[in-house]
Amino acid sequence: MAELQAVIGLEVHAQLLTRSKMFCGCRAEYLGLPPNSNTCPTCLGLPGALPVINRRAVEMTIQTALALGCRIPEFSKFDRKNYFYPDLPKGYQISQYDLPLSLGGHLEFEVDGERRSCGITRVHLEEDAGTLHHAGEIHTAKFSLVDLNRAGVPLMEIVGEPDLRSPREAPQYLRALRQLLLHLGVNDGNMEQGSLRCDANISLRPRGQRELGVKVEVKNMNSFRSLEAALEFEVRRQSAVIESGGTVHQETRGWSEVEQATVSQRSKEEAQDYRYFPEPDLPPLQVSRDLVERLRGALPEPPLRLRDRLRDQHQLGEEQAALITERPQDAAYFEAMVAAGAPPRSAANWQLGPLQALCKDAKLDIEHSPVPAVELAALVRMVEAGEVSGTTGREVLVEAFAMGRSPVDLIRERGLIQVSDAAQMQAWVDGAILQLPKAAADFRSGNDRALGPLVGAVRKASGGVANPDLASRLLRERLGRGGG
Amino acid sequence: MSLLDLSISELGRGLRAREFSSVELAGEALGRAESLDGRLGSFLRTTPELALEQARAADRRLADEADPPALCGIPIGHKDVLCTRGVETTAGSRILEGFRPPYDATVVARLARDGAVVVGKMNCDEFAMGSSNENSGFQPTVNPWDEERVPGGSSGGSAAAVAARLTVAALGTDTGGSVRLPASFCGVVGVKPSYGRVSRYGVIAFASSLDQVGPLAKTVEDAQLVLSCIAGPDRRDSTTSPAPVSDLAGALREGVRGLRLGIPREYVEAGLEDGIKAVFESACRWLEAEGAELVEVSLPSTEYALAAYYVIAPAEVSSNLARMDGIRFGPGEPQAPSLLEAYELARNRGFGPEVRRRVALGTFVLSSGYYDAYYLRAQKVRTLVAQDFSRVFERVDALISPTAPTPAFRLGERTHDPLAMYATDALTLPANLAGISGLSVPAGFTAGLPVGVQVLGPYLGEAMCLRVGAAVERAADVWRRVPAGFDG
Ligand SMILES: [Zn+2]
Repeated sequence: MAELQAVIGLEVHAQLLTRSKMFCGCRAEYLGLPPNSNTCPTCLGLPGALPVINRRAVEMTIQTALALGCRIPEFSKFDRKNYFYPDLPKGYQISQYDLPLSLGGHLEFEVDGERRSCGITRVHLEEDAGTLHHAGEIHTAKFSLVDLNRAGVPLMEIVGEPDLRSPREAPQYLRALRQLLLHLGVNDGNMEQGSLRCDANISLRPRGQRELGVKVEVKNMNSFRSLEAALEFEVRRQSAVIESGGTVHQETRGWSEVEQATVSQRSKEEAQDYRYFPEPDLPPLQVSRDLVERLRGALPEPPLRLRDRLRDQHQLGEEQAALITERPQDAAYFEAMVAAGAPPRSAANWQLGPLQALCKDAKLDIEHSPVPAVELAALVRMVEAGEVSGTTGREVLVEAFAMGRSPVDLIRERGLIQVSDAAQMQAWVDGAILQLPKAAADFRSGNDRALGPLVGAVRKASGGVANPDLASRLLRERLGRGGG
Repeated sequence: MSLLDLSISELGRGLRAREFSSVELAGEALGRAESLDGRLGSFLRTTPELALEQARAADRRLADEADPPALCGIPIGHKDVLCTRGVETTAGSRILEGFRPPYDATVVARLARDGAVVVGKMNCDEFAMGSSNENSGFQPTVNPWDEERVPGGSSGGSAAAVAARLTVAALGTDTGGSVRLPASFCGVVGVKPSYGRVSRYGVIAFASSLDQVGPLAKTVEDAQLVLSCIAGPDRRDSTTSPAPVSDLAGALREGVRGLRLGIPREYVEAGLEDGIKAVFESACRWLEAEGAELVEVSLPSTEYALAAYYVIAPAEVSSNLARMDGIRFGPGEPQAPSLLEAYELARNRGFGPEVRRRVALGTFVLSSGYYDAYYLRAQKVRTLVAQDFSRVFERVDALISPTAPTPAFRLGERTHDPLAMYATDALTLPANLAGISGLSVPAGFTAGLPVGVQVLGPYLGEAMCLRVGAAVERAADVWRRVPAGFDG
């Protein structure tokens, strides 16, 4: 039997960062609010209430579609997808069926540094459902509570073609898509909180065969890692079925994080018939060419191109460039630092290292960093020029970040500018040798490790402003080991 | 003689001249409802507190404002499919018992803004599905002209209450004839505006692509005054037309001289009762005498309209009514062993047989494998029906026909034959499929029962309908007749 090959396609749902919900004036931001407080007759699905299309959501969807190279038909419409569930207050979801806002694009992504491309079937717009809170486990709970704060939040669905060929490709595709959405500013990319969700379709077929195998839909993966793990599990499970002579059943399975396995949820026979039909409460959407061109003109630089440009322009490392362009605000911060005169590689190191750690601890986005890019650039310049040591620089950054002060101001106020004046240094070096005669003797007789305490003594005597490199050089010279 | 016998403009003069107050007028309406509606069953509930509050406010406006709106202080009833803030709204269904909407329908708000006084919520067929008012989940309404007969549906409560002078005017909804048919059966005027002329926001949906709110009133002018108040674009309903509302009041005075009126052959050639034919023919003679030219026209797709309607409307019903799942509305079934069974129990108990029939029908025609054969095909027929109308409106200014092939029928006569019941709307529902304007105006009687003439106008041709309707009304001169037992 020929080796089996996986065929994978992803369906990604992304909540749009609009101010209001998809069809009413309620806030699209719903987390942390008292249950059912962010609602109105329309998103509660009260009898008689009607939807009104959110123009911004349409624009964001078109913009995403354009970034993915999709075609934007002039005519589009909304449809009703009918099914019963307590989190769906109207008994139908307003979605798009046969005339979506966009069709036919592709997404570029990389796997192990190799460029790949995956077809995009369509990008369309729909509304999110509410959330259910079960009193215990779903199947045994005495009751469940419905919260409709999320109901009606704009949801963009990006349907990928089954162009992926291994579980390893899936998270890479999703990362690239997430990055694109972040750069477009249409989604916050938060998979844990569910503002970015991913379902996968996977089938196996003997390598070389054209026809697709039986497709299984896998749901409930809320991280890149669980996406890959779930698909790997499915490859193992389906391979075992096929290799033992059985047939894979078309069904929907859910990924269980606890069991690290997919579990059958619904067979093909139980599959819902959604009875789609055109939403009579909304007129068809006419998308003007002017709007499309205006949105196309406002597209940001594609993330992969931005990464390559910054890498080449500033001689960044591959990974550094990738990290610095993961989110648009990171790239903007970096470019602002470079513009303010910081040497690019050091700028990237400082931003990705100490600054990012501080932001993470403070749960602050880099764009709200109390130390703006220009200030950090000034600090980096001082370190590079040897005016302060790296250690002092990092300590000062921590304080400046906490106090919302300029690091350079703090250095000046505290007189922390490194002393590199040879005469002054000479005095501190002599003092250290007198103070630590044993270390001096050890070093003189070849014990390199004895230099550390001596440099420390110099720094201490100087109140921390002695340039440590200069101190070691002078100590070496004084103890007869210069030039080595 | 009751104040409720007067037209809105007559009442307006009396209110402005302080011959009576709005509080007195509302009191008389509510008093009549209290003493007479036991026989009719036209109200699901009266709203005395709201009426008193609104009437007091109206009296202040009548005293303070130089030119208060025409409807200021006028009692009005709302079909129970219209959401009224804080006032129970059931759409005639048990499943919505206890539902107090937290908001007003746009039409309700617009009437309130003009100072109209809400006296109550009018009975109707459950979710407006029916032609006789016998499908109300609470009580049937009877016809004030013959209490053994139906008032027509689904806005039967609205029509009966206006005819019996329990309210001055009322709002109904017309999805396939639900305003025009009861207007014809009860001897009042009923207008079905063009689709999109009146906001549907806050109207509990029957079939969203067909529903329109329209007034029921004693005279064409009364109907026009209410229509002028509620018509026009609404940003909460994306299907409303952005076109401004034309001069509807002016149309009433224009007469029909020089108009060319079409009589659709398919509407008159078969199935009309003799008494209906006789009244319609005299109406035709009056219009000719007034200077209109009458021509026969053809609407060849008419024979398929009923079938298309009974695919499209139930399809939308099956989706629109999905929210009535027993979880958010209705008593609920917390003891049900599973979610599916909870839905089934709640909907079987909460919905009446006609609603269940249409939900089942609609679910079927939308199902995969049947969609193309039924729903898609019905939509094509709908396009043909609309094209028929556009074609004839190139040649004629309006169409006239009887509103229904028969006068009001007996209670129970058609309840066991859904197809016979559906055929009641054969002459009215094509206008809904096409989205055009129409009305029914009383033109006479047969065997003591009122007979209406239907006037159909083009899309947004409400002014033309009112113009022709007013001419029929002048010639017929029947609007001051009050059903026996309700006069005094
Ligand atoms: Zn809302």
